[in-house]
Amino acid sequence: MAKELWKGNEAIAEAAIKAGCKYFFGYPITPQNEIPEYMALKLPQEGGCFLQAESEVAAINMVYGAAGAGARVMTSSSSPGISLKQEGISYIAGAELPCVIVNIVRGGPGLGSIQPAQSDYFQATKGGGHGDYRMIVLAPASVQEAVDLVQEAFDIADQYRNPVMVMGDGMIGQMMEPVEFVEIPKRQLPEKDWATTGLRGRKEHNVINSLYIEASQCDKHNEDLFAKYAKMEETEIRCEEYNLEGAEIVFAAYGTVARIVKNAIKSLEKEGIKAGLIRPITLWPFPKANFLKAADMPNVKAFLSVEMSMGQMVEDVELSVKGKKPVYFYGKAGGAIPTPKAIVEEAKKILGGAK
Amino acid sequence: MTHQIIMAGFGGQGVMSMGKILVEAGLKEGKNVSWLPSYGPEMRGGTANCSVIISEEPVGAPTVTEATAAIVMNRPSLDKFEKDVIPGGDLLINSSLIDKKATRDDINVYYVPANEIANDMGSGKIANMVMLGAYLKITGAAKEDTIMEYIAEVFSGKKASVVPLNKEALKRGADCIK
Repeated sequence: MAKELWKGNEAIAEAAIKAGCKYFFGYPITPQNEIPEYMALKLPQEGGCFLQAESEVAAINMVYGAAGAGARVMTSSSSPGISLKQEGISYIAGAELPCVIVNIVRGGPGLGSIQPAQSDYFQATKGGGHGDYRMIVLAPASVQEAVDLVQEAFDIADQYRNPVMVMGDGMIGQMMEPVEFVEIPKRQLPEKDWATTGLRGRKEHNVINSLYIEASQCDKHNEDLFAKYAKMEETEIRCEEYNLEGAEIVFAAYGTVARIVKNAIKSLEKEGIKAGLIRPITLWPFPKANFLKAADMPNVKAFLSVEMSMGQMVEDVELSVKGKKPVYFYGKAGGAIPTPKAIVEEAKKILGGAK
Repeated sequence: MTHQIIMAGFGGQGVMSMGKILVEAGLKEGKNVSWLPSYGPEMRGGTANCSVIISEEPVGAPTVTEATAAIVMNRPSLDKFEKDVIPGGDLLINSSLIDKKATRDDINVYYVPANEIANDMGSGKIANMVMLGAYLKITGAAKEDTIMEYIAEVFSGKKASVVPLNKEALKRGADCIK
Protein backbone atom coordinates (compact mmCIF):
# COMPACT_ATOMS: atom_id res chain seq x y z
CA MET A 1 0.00 0.00 0.00
CA ALA A 2 1.28 3.46 -0.86
CA LYS A 3 1.79 6.06 1.81
CA GLU A 4 -1.19 8.29 2.52
CA LEU A 5 -1.52 11.46 4.54
CA TRP A 6 -3.34 10.85 7.80
CA LYS A 7 -4.15 13.10 10.71
CA GLY A 8 -2.73 11.53 13.88
CA ASN A 9 -6.02 11.08 15.72
CA GLU A 10 -7.79 9.54 12.73
CA ALA A 11 -4.82 7.29 12.03
CA ILE A 12 -4.87 6.07 15.64
CA ALA A 13 -8.57 5.22 15.33
CA GLU A 14 -8.08 3.43 12.01
CA ALA A 15 -5.13 1.48 13.47
CA ALA A 16 -7.32 0.33 16.36
CA ILE A 17 -10.00 -0.89 13.96
CA LYS A 18 -7.35 -2.69 11.88
CA ALA A 19 -6.17 -4.36 15.11
CA GLY A 20 -9.66 -5.76 15.64
CA CYS A 21 -10.98 -3.23 18.14
CA LYS A 22 -14.77 -3.61 18.14
CA TYR A 23 -15.83 -1.39 21.03
CA PHE A 24 -15.09 2.23 21.85
CA PHE A 25 -16.43 4.14 24.82
CA GLY A 26 -15.46 7.74 25.35
CA TYR A 27 -16.36 11.30 26.12
CA PRO A 28 -15.27 14.29 24.01
CA ILE A 29 -12.30 16.48 24.87
CA THR A 30 -9.79 18.50 22.82
CA PRO A 31 -7.28 17.66 21.33
CA GLN A 32 -8.34 14.04 20.71
CA ASN A 33 -11.88 14.51 19.38
CA GLU A 34 -11.13 13.09 15.93
CA ILE A 35 -10.62 9.66 17.54
CA PRO A 36 -14.22 9.26 18.80
CA GLU A 37 -15.49 11.06 15.70
CA TYR A 38 -13.78 8.50 13.45
CA MET A 39 -14.90 5.60 15.64
CA ALA A 40 -18.50 6.85 15.63
CA LEU A 41 -18.48 6.71 11.84
CA LYS A 42 -16.48 3.55 11.25
CA LEU A 43 -17.09 1.11 14.13
CA PRO A 44 -20.77 0.46 13.27
CA GLN A 45 -19.69 -0.33 9.69
CA GLU A 46 -17.29 -2.94 11.13
CA GLY A 47 -20.01 -4.58 13.21
CA GLY A 48 -18.72 -2.90 16.35
CA CYS A 49 -20.16 -0.44 18.80
CA PHE A 50 -19.31 3.19 19.45
CA LEU A 51 -20.86 4.77 22.49
CA GLN A 52 -20.47 8.30 23.79
CA ALA A 53 -20.84 7.83 27.52
CA GLU A 54 -22.32 10.37 29.93
CA SER A 55 -18.89 10.93 31.46
CA GLU A 56 -15.32 9.68 31.45
CA VAL A 57 -16.05 7.67 34.60
CA ALA A 58 -18.87 5.85 32.81
CA ALA A 59 -16.73 5.34 29.69
CA ILE A 60 -13.86 3.61 31.51
CA ASN A 61 -16.29 1.36 33.39
CA MET A 62 -17.88 0.38 30.08
CA VAL A 63 -14.36 -0.50 28.94
CA TYR A 64 -14.01 -2.57 32.13
CA GLY A 65 -17.19 -4.47 31.27
CA ALA A 66 -16.37 -5.09 27.62
CA ALA A 67 -12.82 -6.16 28.49
CA GLY A 68 -14.24 -8.59 31.06
CA ALA A 69 -16.34 -10.15 28.32
CA GLY A 70 -13.15 -10.68 26.33
CA ALA A 71 -13.73 -7.98 23.69
CA ARG A 72 -11.07 -5.85 22.07
CA VAL A 73 -11.94 -2.46 23.51
CA MET A 74 -10.47 0.99 23.64
CA THR A 75 -11.07 4.42 25.07
CA SER A 76 -9.33 7.70 24.42
CA SER A 77 -9.22 11.05 26.14
CA SER A 78 -6.95 13.91 27.03
CA SER A 79 -5.38 14.78 30.36
CA PRO A 80 -8.34 15.98 32.51
CA GLY A 81 -10.47 13.16 31.11
CA ILE A 82 -7.74 10.60 31.80
CA SER A 83 -7.62 11.82 35.41
CA LEU A 84 -11.31 10.96 35.72
CA LYS A 85 -10.59 7.48 34.35
CA GLN A 86 -7.93 6.61 36.94
CA GLU A 87 -10.22 4.74 39.32
CA GLY A 88 -11.41 2.52 36.48
CA ILE A 89 -7.87 1.95 35.23
CA SER A 90 -6.85 0.75 38.69
CA TYR A 91 -9.83 -1.66 38.75
CA ILE A 92 -8.97 -2.94 35.26
CA ALA A 93 -5.34 -3.48 36.30
CA GLY A 94 -6.49 -5.18 39.52
CA ALA A 95 -8.90 -7.44 37.66
CA GLU A 96 -6.19 -8.15 35.06
CA LEU A 97 -8.13 -7.18 31.96
CA PRO A 98 -6.73 -6.17 28.57
CA CYS A 99 -7.68 -2.83 27.04
CA VAL A 100 -6.07 0.10 25.25
CA ILE A 101 -6.24 3.66 26.60
CA VAL A 102 -5.09 6.55 24.43
CA ASN A 103 -4.08 9.80 26.10
CA ILE A 104 -3.47 12.76 23.78
CA VAL A 105 -1.89 14.92 26.43
CA ARG A 106 -2.67 18.63 26.86
CA GLY A 107 -1.38 21.24 29.26
CA GLY A 108 -2.28 21.02 32.95
CA PRO A 109 -2.83 21.03 35.86
CA GLY A 110 -6.60 21.31 36.15
CA LEU A 111 -8.25 22.25 32.89
CA GLY A 112 -4.88 23.69 31.84
CA SER A 113 -4.72 24.39 28.12
CA ILE A 114 -5.60 22.50 24.96
CA GLN A 115 -2.12 22.62 23.44
CA PRO A 116 0.46 19.79 23.41
CA ALA A 117 2.10 18.72 26.67
CA GLN A 118 3.85 15.77 28.32
CA SER A 119 2.91 16.56 31.89
CA ASP A 120 0.97 13.31 32.42
CA TYR A 121 4.19 11.25 32.54
CA PHE A 122 4.02 10.69 36.30
CA GLN A 123 0.32 9.83 36.13
CA ALA A 124 0.87 7.30 33.34
CA THR A 125 4.05 5.62 34.57
CA LYS A 126 3.81 5.75 38.37
CA GLY A 127 0.22 4.58 38.75
CA GLY A 128 -2.33 7.38 38.36
CA GLY A 129 -4.92 5.32 40.19
CA HIS A 130 -4.66 3.75 43.62
CA GLY A 131 -2.81 0.61 44.58
CA ASP A 132 0.32 -1.09 43.29
CA TYR A 133 -0.11 -1.57 39.60
CA ARG A 134 1.77 -0.95 36.39
CA MET A 135 0.76 -0.58 32.79
CA ILE A 136 2.85 -0.47 29.66
CA VAL A 137 3.00 3.09 28.32
CA LEU A 138 3.90 3.52 24.65
CA ALA A 139 5.03 6.93 23.40
CA PRO A 140 5.02 7.39 19.60
CA ALA A 141 7.08 10.16 17.99
CA SER A 142 5.35 10.18 14.61
CA VAL A 143 1.96 9.37 13.15
CA GLN A 144 3.46 6.24 11.56
CA GLU A 145 4.82 5.05 14.90
CA ALA A 146 1.46 5.81 16.54
CA VAL A 147 -0.25 3.59 13.98
CA ASP A 148 2.22 0.74 14.54
CA LEU A 149 2.15 1.00 18.34
CA VAL A 150 -1.65 1.24 18.64
CA GLN A 151 -2.01 -2.01 16.70
CA GLU A 152 0.58 -3.72 18.83
CA ALA A 153 -0.91 -2.29 22.04
CA PHE A 154 -3.95 -4.57 21.68
CA ASP A 155 -1.72 -7.64 21.40
CA ILE A 156 0.43 -6.57 24.35
CA ALA A 157 -2.71 -6.02 26.42
CA ASP A 158 -4.04 -9.48 25.52
CA GLN A 159 -0.71 -11.18 26.11
CA TYR A 160 -0.37 -9.87 29.67
CA ARG A 161 -4.05 -9.31 30.50
CA ASN A 162 -3.18 -5.74 31.36
CA PRO A 163 -4.22 -2.25 30.32
CA VAL A 164 -1.84 -0.58 27.86
CA MET A 165 -1.63 3.17 27.42
CA VAL A 166 -0.61 4.93 24.22
CA MET A 167 0.50 8.42 25.16
CA GLY A 168 0.95 11.09 22.52
CA ASP A 169 0.93 14.83 22.87
CA GLY A 170 -1.48 17.19 21.10
CA MET A 171 0.89 17.43 18.12
CA ILE A 172 0.72 13.67 17.47
CA GLY A 173 -3.07 13.93 17.47
CA GLN A 174 -3.38 17.01 15.30
CA MET A 175 -0.59 16.74 12.73
CA MET A 176 -0.79 15.06 9.32
CA GLU A 177 2.02 12.81 8.13
CA PRO A 178 2.46 10.06 5.55
CA VAL A 179 1.37 6.69 6.90
CA GLU A 180 1.55 3.15 5.62
CA PHE A 181 -0.58 0.55 7.37
CA VAL A 182 1.62 -2.53 7.54
CA GLU A 183 0.99 -5.75 9.38
CA ILE A 184 2.60 -5.83 12.79
CA PRO A 185 4.61 -8.84 14.00
CA LYS A 186 2.30 -11.62 15.25
CA ARG A 187 2.41 -12.59 18.91
CA GLN A 188 1.33 -15.89 20.44
CA LEU A 189 -1.74 -14.81 22.34
CA PRO A 190 -3.35 -16.89 25.09
CA GLU A 191 -6.99 -17.98 24.89
CA LYS A 192 -9.38 -15.70 26.76
CA ASP A 193 -10.74 -18.62 28.81
CA TRP A 194 -11.25 -16.24 31.74
CA ALA A 195 -13.82 -14.07 29.94
CA THR A 196 -17.37 -13.81 31.26
CA THR A 197 -19.12 -15.19 28.22
CA GLY A 198 -21.51 -17.65 29.88
CA LEU A 199 -20.82 -21.11 31.26
CA ARG A 200 -20.26 -22.77 27.86
CA GLY A 201 -20.23 -26.23 29.40
CA ARG A 202 -17.95 -25.24 32.27
CA LYS A 203 -19.02 -26.14 35.81
CA GLU A 204 -17.79 -22.92 37.45
CA HIS A 205 -18.57 -19.32 36.58
CA ASN A 206 -15.76 -17.10 35.45
CA VAL A 207 -15.56 -14.21 37.88
CA ILE A 208 -13.98 -10.83 37.12
CA ASN A 209 -13.13 -9.04 40.33
CA SER A 210 -10.47 -6.90 41.94
CA LEU A 211 -11.64 -7.46 45.53
CA TYR A 212 -9.50 -9.70 47.76
CA ILE A 213 -10.93 -9.15 51.21
CA GLU A 214 -8.40 -11.44 52.96
CA ALA A 215 -5.11 -9.60 53.42
CA SER A 216 -3.07 -12.70 52.67
CA GLN A 217 -4.97 -13.27 49.44
CA CYS A 218 -4.57 -9.66 48.39
CA ASP A 219 -0.86 -9.90 49.22
CA LYS A 220 -0.57 -12.99 47.01
CA HIS A 221 -2.49 -11.20 44.24
CA ASN A 222 0.01 -8.33 44.38
CA GLU A 223 2.91 -10.81 44.28
CA ASP A 224 1.39 -12.42 41.18
CA LEU A 225 0.85 -9.06 39.53
CA PHE A 226 4.44 -8.07 40.15
CA ALA A 227 5.75 -11.34 38.74
CA LYS A 228 3.83 -10.37 35.59
CA TYR A 229 5.20 -6.82 35.65
CA ALA A 230 8.72 -8.24 36.01
CA LYS A 231 8.13 -10.23 32.82
CA MET A 232 7.01 -7.06 31.05
CA GLU A 233 10.17 -5.31 32.21
CA GLU A 234 12.22 -8.21 30.89
CA THR A 235 10.69 -8.33 27.43
CA GLU A 236 8.85 -5.15 26.50
CA ILE A 237 11.37 -2.33 26.93
CA ARG A 238 11.90 -0.34 23.76
CA CYS A 239 13.92 2.72 22.96
CA GLU A 240 15.77 4.41 20.14
CA GLU A 241 19.45 5.30 20.52
CA TYR A 242 20.62 8.04 18.19
CA ASN A 243 24.11 9.39 17.59
CA LEU A 244 25.53 8.17 20.93
CA GLU A 245 28.98 7.38 19.57
CA GLY A 246 31.36 10.10 20.69
CA ALA A 247 28.53 12.20 22.13
CA GLU A 248 29.54 14.73 24.76
CA ILE A 249 25.98 15.27 25.86
CA VAL A 250 23.12 12.78 25.71
CA PHE A 251 19.57 14.05 25.49
CA ALA A 252 16.61 12.18 26.92
CA ALA A 253 13.35 12.96 25.14
CA TYR A 254 10.26 11.11 23.98
CA GLY A 255 7.41 11.68 21.55
CA THR A 256 7.50 14.73 19.30
CA VAL A 257 9.99 16.45 21.60
CA ALA A 258 12.56 13.83 20.55
CA ARG A 259 12.19 15.11 16.98
CA ILE A 260 12.77 18.70 18.07
CA VAL A 261 15.85 17.46 19.94
CA LYS A 262 17.11 15.76 16.75
CA ASN A 263 16.97 19.16 15.02
CA ALA A 264 18.98 20.59 17.92
CA ILE A 265 21.52 17.75 17.61
CA LYS A 266 22.06 18.64 13.94
CA SER A 267 22.58 22.31 14.83
CA LEU A 268 25.07 21.37 17.57
CA GLU A 269 26.95 19.16 15.13
CA LYS A 270 27.38 22.17 12.80
CA GLU A 271 29.04 23.97 15.71
CA GLY A 272 31.35 21.00 16.32
CA ILE A 273 29.53 19.65 19.37
CA LYS A 274 28.60 15.97 19.30
CA ALA A 275 25.32 15.18 20.95
CA GLY A 276 23.20 12.02 21.11
CA LEU A 277 19.70 11.02 22.09
CA ILE A 278 18.05 8.20 23.99
CA ARG A 279 14.35 8.17 23.13
CA PRO A 280 12.28 5.88 25.34
CA ILE A 281 9.46 4.34 23.29
CA THR A 282 8.15 2.52 26.35
CA LEU A 283 7.92 5.06 29.18
CA TRP A 284 7.09 2.12 31.42
CA PRO A 285 8.99 -0.14 31.49
CA PHE A 286 11.72 2.50 31.32
CA PRO A 287 14.92 1.75 29.35
CA LYS A 288 17.14 2.07 32.43
CA ALA A 289 19.93 -0.11 31.04
CA ASN A 290 20.35 2.09 27.95
CA PHE A 291 20.89 5.14 30.14
CA LEU A 292 23.25 3.32 32.49
CA LYS A 293 25.30 2.08 29.52
CA ALA A 294 25.52 5.63 28.15
CA ALA A 295 26.53 6.90 31.61
CA ASP A 296 29.48 4.51 31.50
CA MET A 297 30.68 5.87 28.14
CA PRO A 298 33.78 8.03 28.84
CA ASN A 299 32.83 10.56 26.12
CA VAL A 300 29.51 11.36 27.77
CA LYS A 301 29.82 14.35 30.11
CA ALA A 302 26.18 14.98 30.96
CA PHE A 303 22.54 14.11 30.30
CA LEU A 304 19.82 16.62 29.45
CA SER A 305 16.18 15.61 29.67
CA VAL A 306 13.96 17.77 27.45
CA GLU A 307 10.24 17.58 28.08
CA MET A 308 6.99 19.45 27.61
CA SER A 309 6.58 19.47 31.40
CA MET A 310 8.29 20.98 34.42
CA GLY A 311 10.48 17.86 34.73
CA GLN A 312 9.01 14.40 35.17
CA MET A 313 10.89 11.82 33.07
CA VAL A 314 14.10 13.46 34.28
CA GLU A 315 13.59 11.61 37.59
CA ASP A 316 13.71 8.23 35.82
CA VAL A 317 16.80 9.37 33.94
CA GLU A 318 18.46 10.29 37.24
CA LEU A 319 17.54 6.92 38.77
CA SER A 320 18.89 5.09 35.72
CA VAL A 321 22.17 7.01 35.55
CA LYS A 322 22.84 6.25 39.24
CA GLY A 323 24.76 9.45 39.86
CA LYS A 324 27.52 8.51 37.41
CA LYS A 325 27.05 11.67 35.35
CA PRO A 326 25.17 14.90 36.02
CA VAL A 327 21.58 15.03 34.77
CA TYR A 328 20.01 18.34 33.74
CA PHE A 329 16.52 19.35 32.72
CA TYR A 330 15.01 21.76 30.22
CA GLY A 331 11.30 22.05 29.57
CA LYS A 332 8.32 24.12 28.56
CA ALA A 333 4.92 23.55 30.10
CA GLY A 334 1.24 24.27 29.72
CA GLY A 335 1.17 23.81 25.94
CA ALA A 336 4.34 25.73 25.05
CA ILE A 337 6.76 23.81 22.80
CA PRO A 338 10.56 23.90 23.21
CA THR A 339 12.42 25.29 20.19
CA PRO A 340 15.58 23.67 18.77
CA LYS A 341 17.42 26.95 19.37
CA ALA A 342 16.62 27.01 23.10
CA ILE A 343 17.69 23.37 23.42
CA VAL A 344 21.01 24.13 21.68
CA GLU A 345 21.66 27.03 24.05
CA GLU A 346 20.85 24.89 27.08
CA ALA A 347 23.24 22.15 25.92
CA LYS A 348 26.03 24.66 25.32
CA LYS A 349 25.51 26.20 28.73
CA ILE A 350 25.80 22.77 30.37
CA LEU A 351 28.90 21.74 28.43
CA GLY A 352 30.54 25.09 29.14
CA GLY A 353 30.01 24.48 32.83
CA ALA A 354 31.18 20.87 32.71
CA LYS A 355 34.62 21.67 31.27
CA MET B 1 16.39 21.45 0.37
CA THR B 2 13.95 21.63 3.26
CA HIS B 3 10.97 23.94 2.87
CA GLN B 4 9.59 25.05 6.22
CA ILE B 5 6.53 27.15 5.67
CA ILE B 6 4.12 29.01 7.91
CA MET B 7 0.76 29.72 6.33
CA ALA B 8 -1.51 32.05 8.23
CA GLY B 9 -4.72 34.00 7.87
CA PHE B 10 -8.13 34.29 9.44
CA GLY B 11 -10.60 31.44 9.53
CA GLY B 12 -12.19 30.81 6.13
CA GLN B 13 -9.29 32.09 4.02
CA GLY B 14 -8.27 28.53 3.27
CA VAL B 15 -4.83 28.53 4.89
CA MET B 16 -5.29 25.00 6.27
CA SER B 17 -6.38 23.76 2.84
CA MET B 18 -3.47 25.53 1.17
CA GLY B 19 -1.11 23.63 3.45
CA LYS B 20 -2.86 20.32 2.90
CA ILE B 21 -2.78 20.69 -0.88
CA LEU B 22 0.94 21.44 -0.75
CA VAL B 23 1.83 18.44 1.44
CA GLU B 24 -0.34 16.11 -0.65
CA ALA B 25 1.59 17.24 -3.72
CA GLY B 26 4.89 16.89 -1.88
CA LEU B 27 4.00 13.32 -0.91
CA LYS B 28 3.06 12.53 -4.51
CA GLU B 29 6.54 13.69 -5.54
CA GLY B 30 8.11 11.30 -3.04
CA LYS B 31 9.17 13.94 -0.53
CA ASN B 32 8.97 13.74 3.24
CA VAL B 33 6.20 15.96 4.53
CA SER B 34 4.36 17.08 7.64
CA TRP B 35 1.41 19.39 8.33
CA LEU B 36 0.73 20.75 11.78
CA PRO B 37 -2.27 23.00 12.39
CA SER B 38 -2.59 25.55 15.12
CA TYR B 39 -5.57 24.59 17.20
CA GLY B 40 -5.25 27.08 20.01
CA PRO B 41 -7.96 29.40 21.29
CA GLU B 42 -7.64 32.01 18.55
CA MET B 43 -9.27 35.40 18.79
CA ARG B 44 -12.06 36.13 16.30
CA GLY B 45 -10.51 37.97 13.40
CA GLY B 46 -7.10 36.74 14.58
CA THR B 47 -4.96 34.11 12.96
CA ALA B 48 -5.30 30.45 12.16
CA ASN B 49 -2.12 28.90 10.86
CA CYS B 50 -0.38 25.72 9.88
CA SER B 51 3.25 24.66 9.78
CA VAL B 52 4.18 22.75 6.65
CA ILE B 53 7.44 20.93 5.95
CA ILE B 54 8.51 19.46 2.61
CA SER B 55 11.94 17.89 2.55
CA GLU B 56 14.24 15.42 0.86
CA GLU B 57 15.37 14.44 4.36
CA PRO B 58 13.21 12.76 7.03
CA VAL B 59 11.17 15.43 8.79
CA GLY B 60 12.48 16.28 12.26
CA ALA B 61 10.40 18.60 14.38
CA PRO B 62 6.97 19.22 12.82
CA THR B 63 7.00 22.68 14.35
CA VAL B 64 8.31 25.56 12.25
CA THR B 65 10.23 28.14 14.25
CA GLU B 66 12.73 29.07 11.51
CA ALA B 67 10.58 29.45 8.43
CA THR B 68 12.07 29.38 4.93
CA ALA B 69 8.83 31.07 3.90
CA ALA B 70 5.74 32.61 5.44
CA ILE B 71 2.50 33.20 3.58
CA VAL B 72 0.37 35.76 5.40
CA MET B 73 -3.21 36.35 4.34
CA ASN B 74 -4.19 39.03 6.86
CA ARG B 75 -2.65 41.76 8.98
CA PRO B 76 -2.47 39.94 12.36
CA SER B 77 -0.60 37.11 10.61
CA LEU B 78 1.99 39.52 9.25
CA ASP B 79 2.48 41.01 12.71
CA LYS B 80 2.82 37.56 14.25
CA PHE B 81 5.03 35.72 11.77
CA GLU B 82 7.30 38.23 10.00
CA LYS B 83 9.95 37.65 12.68
CA ASP B 84 9.94 33.86 12.15
CA VAL B 85 11.31 33.99 8.58
CA ILE B 86 15.02 33.16 8.36
CA PRO B 87 17.31 35.77 6.78
CA GLY B 88 17.15 35.26 3.02
CA GLY B 89 13.74 33.59 3.37
CA ASP B 90 10.53 34.53 1.58
CA LEU B 91 7.58 36.48 2.92
CA LEU B 92 4.42 36.50 0.80
CA ILE B 93 1.94 39.20 1.75
CA ASN B 94 -1.69 39.29 0.65
CA SER B 95 -1.65 42.97 -0.30
CA SER B 96 -5.41 43.02 -0.94
CA LEU B 97 -6.08 42.87 2.78
CA ILE B 98 -2.78 44.07 4.28
CA ASP B 99 -2.02 47.75 3.75
CA LYS B 100 1.17 47.57 5.82
CA LYS B 101 4.62 46.91 4.36
CA ALA B 102 7.08 44.41 5.78
CA THR B 103 9.58 45.97 8.20
CA ARG B 104 12.55 43.66 7.56
CA ASP B 105 15.09 44.16 4.78
CA ASP B 106 16.99 40.84 5.16
CA ILE B 107 14.22 38.76 3.57
CA ASN B 108 12.56 38.62 0.15
CA VAL B 109 9.14 40.21 0.33
CA TYR B 110 6.45 39.64 -2.30
CA TYR B 111 3.15 41.53 -2.40
CA VAL B 112 0.37 39.54 -4.04
CA PRO B 113 -3.12 41.10 -4.40
CA ALA B 114 -4.68 37.68 -3.90
CA ASN B 115 -8.25 38.75 -3.13
CA GLU B 116 -8.39 41.23 -6.01
CA ILE B 117 -7.23 38.55 -8.43
CA ALA B 118 -9.65 36.00 -6.95
CA ASN B 119 -12.58 38.43 -7.12
CA ASP B 120 -11.63 39.30 -10.68
CA MET B 121 -11.88 35.58 -11.45
CA GLY B 122 -15.33 35.54 -9.92
CA SER B 123 -14.57 33.54 -6.75
CA GLY B 124 -13.16 35.26 -3.67
CA LYS B 125 -12.66 31.86 -2.06
CA ILE B 126 -9.79 31.02 -4.38
CA ALA B 127 -7.38 33.65 -3.02
CA ASN B 128 -5.46 30.89 -1.24
CA MET B 129 -4.69 29.19 -4.57
CA VAL B 130 -3.44 32.50 -5.99
CA MET B 131 -1.00 32.77 -3.06
CA LEU B 132 0.01 29.13 -3.50
CA GLY B 133 0.71 29.78 -7.19
CA ALA B 134 2.98 32.67 -6.25
CA TYR B 135 4.73 30.58 -3.60
CA LEU B 136 5.38 27.70 -6.01
CA LYS B 137 6.82 30.08 -8.61
CA ILE B 138 9.28 31.44 -6.03
CA THR B 139 10.37 28.20 -4.38
CA GLY B 140 9.49 25.27 -6.63
CA ALA B 141 8.57 23.36 -3.46
CA ALA B 142 6.19 21.27 -5.58
CA LYS B 143 5.35 21.16 -9.27
CA GLU B 144 2.18 22.87 -10.48
CA ASP B 145 1.26 19.69 -12.37
CA THR B 146 1.35 17.66 -9.17
CA ILE B 147 -0.83 20.18 -7.39
CA MET B 148 -3.33 20.00 -10.25
CA GLU B 149 -3.23 16.18 -10.23
CA TYR B 150 -4.27 16.26 -6.58
CA ILE B 151 -6.92 18.96 -7.17
CA ALA B 152 -8.41 16.83 -9.94
CA GLU B 153 -8.60 13.86 -7.55
CA VAL B 154 -10.40 15.88 -4.88
CA PHE B 155 -12.80 17.65 -7.24
CA SER B 156 -14.12 14.89 -9.45
CA GLY B 157 -17.57 14.25 -10.89
CA LYS B 158 -19.98 17.15 -10.38
CA LYS B 159 -17.34 19.30 -8.76
CA ALA B 160 -14.86 18.87 -11.63
CA SER B 161 -15.85 22.25 -13.01
CA VAL B 162 -13.75 24.03 -10.35
CA VAL B 163 -10.54 22.34 -11.51
CA PRO B 164 -9.80 24.83 -14.33
CA LEU B 165 -10.54 27.69 -11.94
CA ASN B 166 -7.87 26.39 -9.55
CA LYS B 167 -5.40 26.02 -12.40
CA GLU B 168 -6.06 29.58 -13.49
CA ALA B 169 -5.65 30.83 -9.90
CA LEU B 170 -2.23 29.15 -9.60
CA LYS B 171 -1.18 30.72 -12.90
CA ARG B 172 -2.42 34.21 -11.99
CA GLY B 173 -0.55 33.96 -8.68
CA ALA B 174 2.63 32.83 -10.41
CA ASP B 175 2.32 35.74 -12.85
CA CYS B 176 2.61 38.17 -9.93
CA ILE B 177 6.18 37.00 -9.35
CA LYS B 178 8.63 38.56 -11.76
